[in-house]
Amino acid sequence: MKILTCPINGARPISEFTYGGEYRAMPDPQTASDVVWADYVFNRNGAPSVKLEWWCHTPSTTWFIAERDTARDVVIRSFLFDEMNTQGGAA
Amino acid sequence: MRLTAIPGEWIDRSTEVEFQFEGNTYRGYRGDTISSALWCAEVRLLGRSFKYHRPRGILSLANHDINALMQAGQRLNVRADVEPLAAQQQLTSVNTFGGLQADSGRWLNHLAKFLPVGFYYKAFHTKALFPLWERLFRRLTGLGKLDFDTPHLRTPKDYDFCDVLVIGAGASGLNAALAAADAGAEVVIVDENARAGGSAAYQRGGKADSYTQINALLNSVVKHPRIRLFTSTVAAAYYADHWIPLVDEQKMTKMRAGSVIVATGVFEQPAVFHNNDLPGVMLASAAQRLIYRYAVQPMQSAVVLTANADGYRAALDLAAQGVNVAALIDMRSDHQQVELAAAVQACGINIFHAHCILEAEATADGNGVAAAIICPFDADGNADAASTMRIPCDGIVMSVGWAPTANLLYQAGTRMRFADDVQQFVPENLPEGVFACGRVNGVYDTVHKLMDGARAGRDAAAYLGYGSAGNAVTIVETESPSHAWPVVAHPKGKNFIDFDEDLQLKDFENAVQEGFDNIELLKRYTTVGMGPSQGKHSNMNALRILARLTGKSPGQVGTTTARPFFHPVPLSHLAGRGFSPERLTPLHHQHVQLGAVFMPAGVWQRPEYYAQAGLTRTECIRGEVACVRNQVGIIDVGTLGKIEIYGPDAVEFLERVYISRYANLKVGMTRYAIMCDESGVIIDDGVVARLGEQHFYFTTTTSGAAPIYRELTRLNTLWQLDCGLVNLTGAMAAVNLAGPKAAEVLAPLTELDLSLAEFPYMGIREASVAGIPARLMRVGFVGELGYEIHVPAAYADALWQALWQSGQPQGLRAFGVEAQRLLRLEKGHIIIGQDTDGLTTPLQANLNWALKMDKAFFIGQRSLQIVAQQALQQKLTGFVLDAGYNGTVPQECHLIIEQGDIAGRITSIAWSPSLQRHIGLAFVRPDLAVENGAIAIRLSDGSMVEARIHPTPFYDPKNIRQQHPAQELAA
Repeated sequence: MKILTCPINGARPISEFTYGGEYRAMPDPQTASDVVWADYVFNRNGAPSVKLEWWCHTPSTTWFIAERDTARDVVIRSFLFDEMNTQGGAA
Repeated sequence: MRLTAIPGEWIDRSTEVEFQFEGNTYRGYRGDTISSALWCAEVRLLGRSFKYHRPRGILSLANHDINALMQAGQRLNVRADVEPLAAQQQLTSVNTFGGLQADSGRWLNHLAKFLPVGFYYKAFHTKALFPLWERLFRRLTGLGKLDFDTPHLRTPKDYDFCDVLVIGAGASGLNAALAAADAGAEVVIVDENARAGGSAAYQRGGKADSYTQINALLNSVVKHPRIRLFTSTVAAAYYADHWIPLVDEQKMTKMRAGSVIVATGVFEQPAVFHNNDLPGVMLASAAQRLIYRYAVQPMQSAVVLTANADGYRAALDLAAQGVNVAALIDMRSDHQQVELAAAVQACGINIFHAHCILEAEATADGNGVAAAIICPFDADGNADAASTMRIPCDGIVMSVGWAPTANLLYQAGTRMRFADDVQQFVPENLPEGVFACGRVNGVYDTVHKLMDGARAGRDAAAYLGYGSAGNAVTIVETESPSHAWPVVAHPKGKNFIDFDEDLQLKDFENAVQEGFDNIELLKRYTTVGMGPSQGKHSNMNALRILARLTGKSPGQVGTTTARPFFHPVPLSHLAGRGFSPERLTPLHHQHVQLGAVFMPAGVWQRPEYYAQAGLTRTECIRGEVACVRNQVGIIDVGTLGKIEIYGPDAVEFLERVYISRYANLKVGMTRYAIMCDESGVIIDDGVVARLGEQHFYFTTTTSGAAPIYRELTRLNTLWQLDCGLVNLTGAMAAVNLAGPKAAEVLAPLTELDLSLAEFPYMGIREASVAGIPARLMRVGFVGELGYEIHVPAAYADALWQALWQSGQPQGLRAFGVEAQRLLRLEKGHIIIGQDTDGLTTPLQANLNWALKMDKAFFIGQRSLQIVAQQALQQKLTGFVLDAGYNGTVPQECHLIIEQGDIAGRITSIAWSPSLQRHIGLAFVRPDLAVENGAIAIRLSDGSMVEARIHPTPFYDPKNIRQQHPAQELAA
């Protein structure tokens, strides 16, 4: 079983976590075309790469971002969403 | 024959064990395996092969083959080579017809040429013949006889932790464990064998040195305070982050290690020649295990076939135990082991260089070896079948090569490369925290193995911050321990590569000729490596053959995927406890006392209805319905998700997550709430109540409680609004008191003014009920005057009892989920997930009145803008059956048919006591959804029932009853 590190609760087995999907910025609903919007709603990029993902430590409901290399299934780092601007960037 | 006592033997000569095999009684010693005890008793025929029912004896004696597969009472497919002998065991061989000796399945051996490779693919072309084949193969296949009365075995699951896990307690593994522990790491070392020591304990070369040395090493491991040694324990698989299931006789232990050292050694590989599967033809390591573990003489007169130094040592071991070694056949023309060769010759053993065994000659009964037929073998791997020589013997010992026990390394994601110098796949790129040493790492020499083990031990400890990494040393073997082509062609075939599946050399030649020339295709077409031993003795030869036939190197051919488990693991070890958690509301025992029949609702158990003596289920439910309509009922709604939100941005948050408007909701009022996902599909509903300017309390559906709360917290994290959410689902209990007399039940218990002016429909009040702090909401889900009363869970009982007492003069009854479903259906209120599906938008569900598209933003809004421009595909509509209809009643999901096409489906249907006819909700094509229009419903049997579109609510269409307190209604 994989181990994932919650920024608040530390390293815990993956069964304690819920996956929340890839972090994706929402296009501006006011200006986005129907095509751009539909792409955002329905399409997901499954190609292996380094992705920013939402994960939730279920017992404590702690949402955070994990940067994961989906090709190797290795979590490079995890951090609270508040730090997205300082830590993130890749998104 | 039992040999005289040997230092290090595993048997306890003071304890005899009596057992039965195929009806005959035998005796062995404690510490024997079934196979070793039988072999000692001169039993050579231990099993029959799977396909041709050929006689089979000991091949590996190490769980690398399944020649000796037995049934012990209710236990199926016991592996006799490694199964400890137990007293009074009744053993039979599996896969025989009429017993092992007389097996009538033997005739299959003569049909071999009609059972070509890929037989199934070739035979099953005619559909009409399939039943014939199926009957035949159902009779012929399957191992063991299942006893359906076998008791349910419960095995414990254990969890354990260590710094360094070492798998394999041979020379390199033991030394690795010592090095890691000396560096400061807590070490666990496991070995599947009953005793530690590995090959050094039995590959002795006729001397005691290696045994003495390994014993000393083992002693220092056992004494080390930071090392725990587990024998008879299989590391069954590798899972992410060094998570290894350790399987022993009693249980499975889930071991979480900081780093892992794989010191699993190698599987000895058979040579391929005609009749290489006869009982008496065995791997050299098997003969050595028989001698040094069980003190059993493997044969009286042996021919040793070899291509490495190990074979010379095996010959010396045999000679030292009084076995007449008739000849040593070396497939190579020269070698580097001068001293070993001299020692072998000193024993009077003839050495034939550049020779091979062309065939093993069978005894008259076909169940043993009479002689080895040898012939010259050139450097290109061609046998000279014209110049043969016959050497009488009763056993053939093979030592021509090894394959790495790399299963766990592959599972961990190791990239392996084929090393020509050792003719073996070795790790090239190991995953983080995974280390390999010893023969699995291509290191064979005893001194080298110890060095390699120490290096791996230091590396694995250093990975965790203990000590420093070992110096990388390049270890070069003087010669290859494996022959590149230990395969001898023979016109009569029966030169087996896979002993599980009875695959011969020609099967591979034919498969490749037929185009299955990729290792993965070859495996599936021939089924090589797909038997119970999973290719442990066959995959390496198979890929050598494929490489030669396709002109590639073994490295280019590559290997198939290794998957868990390494050895079969009993299902009883894997099966869990059937743990399906259930949630009970704080009022559960009240329901039990009232005779509730429970039903699952998500993770909750809810009363479906309350059983009454002498009444059917339907009568009970109708009674509960009538009570709510005419007097007053109470239902436990504590399973609803209950969430509180507080903060300056609380309104903004709710505006974004629900489709209706909440900015204009007055303090003290509630409003229905529908939640959509980003595609505009309805995912949840509930009620939002405003307790203060910045303070709301709202509910979700029962099944949505956990996921909706979780998603809302994610959105709150994402939006960074100035508000906080608290999940009160478990902390609050809730009941709905509903019916025309609800106010009369409630009034005596509270000082709250229940008049319409003070507590209007859809209002929320905080007040004390029977002395309990409560939130009361005027709701109308069931269509009568209703008070949803929320109190802290600890007070649930007190509230229920107070209401119950107060309600008795009014005829109060508890009602269950089924009654509520009917009551709400009469009101046309939808249930999310029943009357909606994964594509239903508010537009289709007639919820346009709740949809505030002019809000700045809500989830699903942009998608609904797009959806709104398209023609509506279907619409949720009420319908009724004829009042006098008494045929089969349609069910949920029955289709509505219009001119032969599907035009909708039923989502809810029930008998309405109020309307005295069946009513329901259905999705129908918008053009059909006209009041009083006819629709046709198709039943399961294909017959049609007519129904008519009917507006909702069916009952009390003006919603008068739920709005006005009873006393005002009466006035």
